[in-house]
Amino acid sequence: MLAKTLYDKLWDAHVVRQEEDGTALIYIDRQLLHEVTSPQAFEGLRLAKRKPWRVSANLATPDHNVPTTELTGGVSSIKDPISRIQVQTLGTNTKEFGITEYGMGDVRQGIVHVVGPESGATLPGMTVVCGDSHTSTHGALGALAHGIGTSEVEHVLATQCLIQKKMKNMLVRVDGVLKPGVGPKDVVLAIIGKIGTAGGNGCAIEFGGQVMRDMSVEGRMTVCNMAIEAGARAGLVAVDDKTIDYVKGRHFAPKEEYWDAAVAYWSNFKSDLDAVFDKVIELDGSNIEPQVSWGTSPEMVASVNSVVPDPAKEADPVKAGGIRRALDYMGLKPNMAITDIAIDYVFIGSCTNSRMEDLRAAANIVKGRKVSPNIEQALVVPGSGRVKQQAEAEGLDKIFIEAGFEWRNPGCSMCLAMNADRLPPQKHCASTSNRNFEGRQGAGGRTHLVSPQMAAAAAVAGHFVDVREMMGVSL
Amino acid sequence: MSMNQFTKLTAIVAPLDRSNVDTDAIIPKQFLKSIKRTGFGPNLFDEWRYLDVGQPGEDSSQRPLNPDFVLNQPRYQSAKILLARENFGCGSSREHAPWALKDYGFDVVIAPSFADIFFNNCFKNGILPIPLPEKQVDDLFKAVESKEGYELTVDLEQQQIVTPAGQVIDFEVDAFRRHCLLNGLDDIGLTLVHAENIKAYEQKMREKTPWLFA
Repeated sequence: MLAKTLYDKLWDAHVVRQEEDGTALIYIDRQLLHEVTSPQAFEGLRLAKRKPWRVSANLATPDHNVPTTELTGGVSSIKDPISRIQVQTLGTNTKEFGITEYGMGDVRQGIVHVVGPESGATLPGMTVVCGDSHTSTHGALGALAHGIGTSEVEHVLATQCLIQKKMKNMLVRVDGVLKPGVGPKDVVLAIIGKIGTAGGNGCAIEFGGQVMRDMSVEGRMTVCNMAIEAGARAGLVAVDDKTIDYVKGRHFAPKEEYWDAAVAYWSNFKSDLDAVFDKVIELDGSNIEPQVSWGTSPEMVASVNSVVPDPAKEADPVKAGGIRRALDYMGLKPNMAITDIAIDYVFIGSCTNSRMEDLRAAANIVKGRKVSPNIEQALVVPGSGRVKQQAEAEGLDKIFIEAGFEWRNPGCSMCLAMNADRLPPQKHCASTSNRNFEGRQGAGGRTHLVSPQMAAAAAVAGHFVDVREMMGVSL
Repeated sequence: MSMNQFTKLTAIVAPLDRSNVDTDAIIPKQFLKSIKRTGFGPNLFDEWRYLDVGQPGEDSSQRPLNPDFVLNQPRYQSAKILLARENFGCGSSREHAPWALKDYGFDVVIAPSFADIFFNNCFKNGILPIPLPEKQVDDLFKAVESKEGYELTVDLEQQQIVTPAGQVIDFEVDAFRRHCLLNGLDDIGLTLVHAENIKAYEQKMREKTPWLFA
């Protein structure tokens, strides 16, 4: 039998119909919905007098617009009237069509990419879509998951399928063992730094190698989350015992009667040993240092102990222009040390880094220390109500608050600043989010992408610092 | 012509000389709060186009324009073709990006490469994204910038771009997408023709993976 990659297997298991020109109708097992990209899709259904094909395959939660401060009033606690209408619209749409919604104030509410795996709505071997590019996150469980536009959200609602062409197979193999203080975020930033933001265009990226095998499932989510920042719609990690342990007991996970059959089915979702990839990239994990982005694209990233690049040294004029424009926007000088970049804001949260392990890693650095006086605001925004609950049970909230952080309610928050949490113009933010685009965290704001532990270290120092110095790790 | 149809066009070309233009730049987040598909045009490239920070619901005609931004130059006012650099449309999956481009008046985007989700979203909205080799895009940038009123003819039926000098540039487009765009077809309607296939698939998976249907 022909050797297959993990992506090949997921694809083959979901083909409803194959056309001669390579186009296929692919079945979608799960659609996650949020308030920003779904209203026009529901409106389309209504206009065409269509019904959802399979109501139970959908799960909704508001995340982009929700306030992270006061929630007691539910939707009515949203002060911005336009945001409020959007969140209300998700409520009325899901009610009208009978779709389950984890609404504001429900402990199950949170960032859709945290809620999916946490509730077991995402399972290995599934196809998962959402009108959000960070849907790649769910590939960490061995599911084929990717972002779609609103027209496709409507298409999936109406037909439970998508019209697709198969992507190419790309393998990013990270071997070796990570050094202490280096985590999943550093791994994925290093990968993007190496292959660029278009490196995975047209591909599904499978992340493999010793580092990925050793990594926790939550860590794999961080890596897969940012596959889209490397241009790949889907990121994937093979199913192993860790995946199965992670899934067990979650709300939507298979019940006792199906469990053994499910585990047997899932165990096949890994690439065959002799599977052939269209593209293979290799990194030595033991060489990866803590990463900090210096520019306005996630590929503009460097090790914490290096310097900001010099456009004069770039031979390609388009690239040199890009560096110049980025440094101008970021207010940085060529050749300055990354550790000399002073920080005004710290944001720990987002679908990339707002899970328990992220909060524990940050709290571990913060414990017994204080946020530097030059930091204007330091936020911790847990990814979901469940994460918040668990973190409070472990006393993490107290550690953050004692150090000078604000402990908030779940949502996308300052990752994209659709709610009231915004980075002011020209302020530098050490952020655990996924995009350092111009204006992403607030018009004119200057984002530096880092891991949770690096963000925590920057909060304490007031500038970037190699977190390992605070961990007592010898470099 | 239906909204999601494209056939042939002759129009002014506007050059946007930046690589990795992301969908946050195409339409910033504050405008994503709308629950409609229309009205995004005035906020296309909002942070580059205006000197102030735009708010949803605001009358953009009263706002200060950034004179340095390419779309604000008089010579590109009636442009319907956008010329861009590599990896255009990267980042967020927001379909608001093609909605904003379309609402502004762009029907075609030419670039060396596009981000996958954006590329796909264009076809759903009557926008034709055309990937061309880097050298050809480079030559077009030079031609557009050197001659005011530079127009291209884009013919989807023939899969050709024709320059004012009569040079013909062939381009590739997926046959199915071309068919849908030429005819302005509704994807959902096309898929529902295969409803029996979908039901048969579900029946098969109900036996194989019953926990997904429990």
